[in-house]
Amino acid sequence: MTSSPVLILDGLSKSFGSVRAADAISLKLFTGEVLALLGENGAGKTTLMNMLFGHYMPDSGKIEIIDGSGHAKPLQLGNPQASIAAGIGMVHQHFTLAENLDALDNIMLGSESFIHLRRNKSQAIRKIQKIMNDSGLVAPMDVAVGRLTVGERQRVEILKALYQDVNILVLDEPTAVLTPQEADKLFENITAMTKNGLSVIFISHKLREVLAFSNRIAVLRHGRKVGEISSKEANERKIARLMVGEETKVFSKKELQVGEPVLEVDNLTISGSSKRESLSNISLSVNKHEILGIAGISGNGQTVLANAISGLVKSSSGKIKIDGKNILTNDPSNIIQAGVGRIPEDRHKDGIVGQMSVAENMIIEDLNDGKVQSRGLLNHEAIMRHCSNLSSKYDVRGPGPNASARLLSGGNIQKLILARVFEASPKLILANQPTRGLDMGAAADVANRLLEARQRGSGVILISEDLDEILSLSDRIMVIYDGKLRMAETHDRETLGLMMAGEAA
Amino acid sequence: MIEIFQILLTESFWAASLRIATPLIFGVLGALICEKSGVLNLGIEGIFVAGAMAGWMAVWLGTGLWGGVVVAAIAGGFFGLIHAILTVTLGLSQHVSGLGVTLFATSVSYFSYRTALPKVSSPPRIEPFRPLEIPILSELPFIGTVLFQQTALTWLALFMVGLVWYVMNRTGLGVAIKAVGDNPNSVDAQGLSVYGLRIGAIVVGSALMALGGAFLTMSAFDAFFFGMVNGRGWICIALVIFASWKPGKALLGALLFGAFDALQVRMQTEVGAKVPSQVFLAAPYVLSIVALVIAARRAEYPRALLTPWFKGQR
Amino acid sequence: MIRIEPRDVNSAMFSYGVPILSAVVALILASIPLWLAGAPVLISYVEMAKGVFGSKFAFSEMLTRATPLMFTGLAAALAFRAKLWNIGAEGQLYLGAIAAVAIGTGYIEAPAFILLPLIIAFGCAAGSAGMVVPAILKTRYGADEVVTTLLLNFIIIIFLQYMLEGPLKDPMGLGWPQSSPILDQGMLPPLMERMRVHSGLIIAIVCALIAQFMLARSVWGFKLRAVGENVFAARHAGIKVNRTILGAAAISGALAGMAGVSEVAGLKGYLTSDLSPGFGYAGIIVAMLAGLSPIGVVISALFIASVFVGADSMSRAMGVSSYLADLVVSTSLLCVLIGGFFSRFKLVRTNLEGKN
Repeated sequence: MTSSPVLILDGLSKSFGSVRAADAISLKLFTGEVLALLGENGAGKTTLMNMLFGHYMPDSGKIEIIDGSGHAKPLQLGNPQASIAAGIGMVHQHFTLAENLDALDNIMLGSESFIHLRRNKSQAIRKIQKIMNDSGLVAPMDVAVGRLTVGERQRVEILKALYQDVNILVLDEPTAVLTPQEADKLFENITAMTKNGLSVIFISHKLREVLAFSNRIAVLRHGRKVGEISSKEANERKIARLMVGEETKVFSKKELQVGEPVLEVDNLTISGSSKRESLSNISLSVNKHEILGIAGISGNGQTVLANAISGLVKSSSGKIKIDGKNILTNDPSNIIQAGVGRIPEDRHKDGIVGQMSVAENMIIEDLNDGKVQSRGLLNHEAIMRHCSNLSSKYDVRGPGPNASARLLSGGNIQKLILARVFEASPKLILANQPTRGLDMGAAADVANRLLEARQRGSGVILISEDLDEILSLSDRIMVIYDGKLRMAETHDRETLGLMMAGEAA
Repeated sequence: MIEIFQILLTESFWAASLRIATPLIFGVLGALICEKSGVLNLGIEGIFVAGAMAGWMAVWLGTGLWGGVVVAAIAGGFFGLIHAILTVTLGLSQHVSGLGVTLFATSVSYFSYRTALPKVSSPPRIEPFRPLEIPILSELPFIGTVLFQQTALTWLALFMVGLVWYVMNRTGLGVAIKAVGDNPNSVDAQGLSVYGLRIGAIVVGSALMALGGAFLTMSAFDAFFFGMVNGRGWICIALVIFASWKPGKALLGALLFGAFDALQVRMQTEVGAKVPSQVFLAAPYVLSIVALVIAARRAEYPRALLTPWFKGQR
Repeated sequence: MIRIEPRDVNSAMFSYGVPILSAVVALILASIPLWLAGAPVLISYVEMAKGVFGSKFAFSEMLTRATPLMFTGLAAALAFRAKLWNIGAEGQLYLGAIAAVAIGTGYIEAPAFILLPLIIAFGCAAGSAGMVVPAILKTRYGADEVVTTLLLNFIIIIFLQYMLEGPLKDPMGLGWPQSSPILDQGMLPPLMERMRVHSGLIIAIVCALIAQFMLARSVWGFKLRAVGENVFAARHAGIKVNRTILGAAAISGALAGMAGVSEVAGLKGYLTSDLSPGFGYAGIIVAMLAGLSPIGVVISALFIASVFVGADSMSRAMGVSSYLADLVVSTSLLCVLIGGFFSRFKLVRTNLEGKN
């Protein structure tokens, strides 16, 4: 590296209770480079960046910013305003955009004085135009952000940061919502920006893009920096081992003879209020002893497909058959009766009633069942017994069956839902993003349970954005793009990536 | 039918419409500002009462009419601040907090009034705002009577419609208020204070609501009565949905409402013998419900309305 | 810097302590307006206490006042549990009273064991209808029930005035807008000799016990709580959300209607347009102070009734406006809201802070 550093993180530590989220992490960022920060969920990436942004106050350590003339200045810690003033910009994984406002308003937000009676829009547009020319990031400025595509929104988010004259840009999981092709384009733009002296830190857990587009890679594990290598010297196996500390687990999947179809969806069309909420003419079938994987970039209709099979939306036309029998759509109780178990995408919102007890959440789908009630009155002892049985069987850990379900950790909430779903011995299991946000142990548990269910004879629909998960678990793979489903003939990354981008494969 | 047309042609009908609409204009604008920032303010009914009482009492104590207007606005801002602390800082239920503020503001107003004036049979009167008669313009036929014989507070209300529109649509502050009611994280990420913007919007919005109350005691009437607000605040909450949170439409909604109310009073005298008077009395409330039902389905609520936000919780 | 963090455990200390503390704080805060009004503060409190506990009669008056508050408090508590904002108990109370008078003033001649249940059934049905309509407007058209129930209060009171000047007007009433008296056999029997407290109180307490049991132990109560706490998860789990909301609306309205029946058939005997001094609105406070627990409603209704009855008698003795009672009651609501916050969250004071 011939260039000089712009940012030095020196021995940053931060503990939450007994957990050391960041343990004496030191890092240097050089002018015009792309530094990848790699690590599992909970490795300390976000904690580190939150200290850089002044959201968290480090327990110890310091941060220095080196200005244009080479003078190192300590950054005032724990003060977001100081970080912004020092030229650090951040693009969050979850967009921070006001969807009813247009892109220009979003970008200008906060950069103008409130007491000015007029806004200088034309000057702002000139500045944005220049940034667009320099970086190649283009997005319409006069359209409400809610109507932009995910890729466009992300570009607006980056433009918003660049508009604040940053010289250090942090991107948190920027490709999570992009197709591989869109992601490549984004990295091209980032490379163009670094030519002008911008320094970039990008946080990711995708080995491929890290290798392809960064200059240097720093790997975090359990709050420590466990390695730092030049991207040229790295390979996937090497950094994967650094990241997880061991070889990644491969699931053992037995070859099984597939059985009768349990789910048939026939020309299903749903006209939602927007494209993301619509499906056009979808057909699919899932058989016994089979996992059907549905790959796709989020926002292409996965949610509405899952909602349709869960009975949460009304179809405009088409049929859903379970075990050969037509099912009334738009009635979840009907779907449950027919033997469909559902693992919802947003487990906090759709999966549990947080204020009710763990036991009550275990039986919420069995309210008509004679086991838990008779003549409209709940059988308290039976419910408690049921709950403690399932809690040990599915390893749900928490403060007990009477505690509010919201007190459980994310992994244990998912286990509660798994217990509910698998205990009903469903004919069909709909698993929508079942491992999102879970640590590796919990994710492996979910995957094994799905494989067990397949073994037992259930059909499984697995909807996931994680291509590795789809590839390792599915018997057949379909790709959803723009509300349409297509069968993937071959199971390789490139073909699937192209299909996810809507290209013919 | 002919009676209706005759009524619609009179100057006094249109003048009355504008007069009846004035407190609603203040109220709807105030509710609009609060809701645009993401906070429903059901304190409105009580803030109307507080504005009516405080404004009137100030004038009665000798502050002068404009002094009374200022006092009313401060009283409204004070009760708005309570709502703001409960709903924004503490993130409590906006429904319950708003009702609590209504009950609190109403009881404070009634208690203060009764304590200041323990045993009076007829409420003392003040000299209210007089119509602003503008030379020449007031003499114009029709328009002269309708527009140029209104009091200064009506003019202030009309001016506020323009001002609120301008701030919301043409200034950085307006963008920030709309953004905080849409996605507070967008405001937070840009280094602006979500709490500051919301609390400010509620205080200012509540001050405007209080002016609606002050109009009742300082322009429409000249004294304070118990129960004089009579649901006007709630009507404003319905109207702001009907107006899809747009100041221009809010004016239109308030005027339509005022016209309807003025019409029912006149119809009552025309056909009062045939139809019970209560039909006309209930009509404005029924109309508000109908307007709400029509508007509700396609209403685009500010996306963060009713959702509390805490710093550092994404 | 101060941060807000959720508490891990819902401590029982908070769920009982907060309402009690709020009530005490509100009573203490009342000394400020008392002092401003120039009344001797301590003596005023003594007068207030005497107004409730000073005699058997005073105490029975407090129980009489608590009866409708229990009904409207239960109406609010059950609806709020389902996140259905029924602010229309005032109107539903009058609907119940109108129905009671329409049935009970001689339209049907029947012995007490037939007439009384009929009056109650019709009163509850009328109140119920008054809440089911806005609930349908909510579930079918998305119209906010807060606004519709509030506006319906005004419409119903105007309707009441029409009824009292027209169809229900007492021909012997010397021109006053009031109804004929309810037949003797249609009246709820009194509980004590020469006191006004009546068996409506027993009905209210029984209703509270049933509601408590149903909420905790029945499938109906389970569904109502699930819909109220998380409508998305409830729907996902196959609970029929609209049906549950309409059911809660019907019960809530019926309880509010029962408040009207109890006032007119238990206390007044005939209907006037000032039957309720805001029992419907006070019911919201009763419910909130009770933490939306039906048994709690009974206790908080007794407290609120004590404040009103005590303040009335204090007001007569000291010449302080009886609006002081409204002030205490609304202050206690604000206090319980703030207290509720601190029972769910804690403030962490630190500048070495952060949490993922």
